[in-house]
Amino acid sequence: MSIMEYNGGSVIAMVGKGCVAIGSDLRLGNQALTVATNFEKVFPVTDRIYLGMSGLATDVATLREQFRFRVNMYQIKEERDIEPEAFAHLVSSTLYERRFGPYFIEPVIGGLWKTQGGEYKPYIAAADLIGCLNFAKDFVVAGTASEKLFGVAEGLWEPDLEPEDLFETISQTLMNGVDRDAYSGWGAIIHIVTPDKVVTRTLKGRMD
Amino acid sequence: MECSFALTGKGYVLIAADTTAARSIVKMKADEDKIKSLGPHLLMAYSGEPGDTVQFAEYVERNIRLYQIRNLYPLRPASAASWVRRALADSLRSRSPYSVNLLLGGYDTATHAPSLYWIDYLGTQAEVPFACHGYGSYFALSLLDRYHDPEASLEEGLATLRRCIDEVAKRLVVAPGKYKVKVVDKDGVREIEL
Repeated sequence: MSIMEYNGGSVIAMVGKGCVAIGSDLRLGNQALTVATNFEKVFPVTDRIYLGMSGLATDVATLREQFRFRVNMYQIKEERDIEPEAFAHLVSSTLYERRFGPYFIEPVIGGLWKTQGGEYKPYIAAADLIGCLNFAKDFVVAGTASEKLFGVAEGLWEPDLEPEDLFETISQTLMNGVDRDAYSGWGAIIHIVTPDKVVTRTLKGRMD
Repeated sequence: MECSFALTGKGYVLIAADTTAARSIVKMKADEDKIKSLGPHLLMAYSGEPGDTVQFAEYVERNIRLYQIRNLYPLRPASAASWVRRALADSLRSRSPYSVNLLLGGYDTATHAPSLYWIDYLGTQAEVPFACHGYGSYFALSLLDRYHDPEASLEEGLATLRRCIDEVAKRLVVAPGKYKVKVVDKDGVREIEL
């Protein structure tokens, strides 16, 4: 029994053309016993950054509170919103602080950053439980269904997808990935982040 | 073995917990109340390591009371659940963690909505329509999946609860004998005889 698989759950993020998508399943379990089917693992950080966390559910909740606090402190000190890259390093150092007694979560970050020219570019990143960052140009995954998600995403993802096409791609990837994993599933939630708005949709999945 | 159940209905939350206090294979007591009222509209069923349970429940009870004294209004169920979760999550990474599992049921007098929180000793929290702790959960959860109705009247809710208790009594080898049942609704907290 691994502590990372105790509660189950999976998270995924994908890059599109001037947009990013991030989503998670909704299951909360106690090993094989499903306790709740409304447990979201993706949270807004700013208007343009979302953070997903898979792993031990108690640490998901604790770190969500901790990141909210640290991002608020950053905003007060800097008098501006945090950028995705800075936030990724905030996540990384928060996790590495607990190097020898870690929080048992794997974070996935999806956001848009503003270039000098004023346009928005997509940014995604993931890390392991002690904060080793992994920047990707295409997609990142985490959680109990991560192997399956890698496989499906590798087959479905293509560069420069428009928001609606990206939504279809990430939804199909997540649904088909978690359906092959007993510890993930029970519906999903997807956020599509674009420069002017965020579209959030909940998906119904196989309930078994 | 310890069992506790809870379910929400139309304007109420029902909580049931067995009344045995056991040590090893010996039943020390058969009328232990393991459901505390934390306020006028808040109930908490606790189970887990004997000793930890009462100690932690009283710690929570006093702190929730202190909030009410300081602010002249009680914590709403969602906030109370968050506070209790935090207390358990902090305790988990301390030298001597509490091993206590909780079901927190409350009626929000501002929104007139009942809510139920499932919290385990790790500090995992979930808002659920129904919940169980202990070996009883392996039998009761599937029954509740089939029979739970969030719009059910108190009588219907009690019938569903009785179904769960009867099933556990029938199928679980180490089933407890007696339960205490409490309900929280707009009128506050009260005990119900099954």
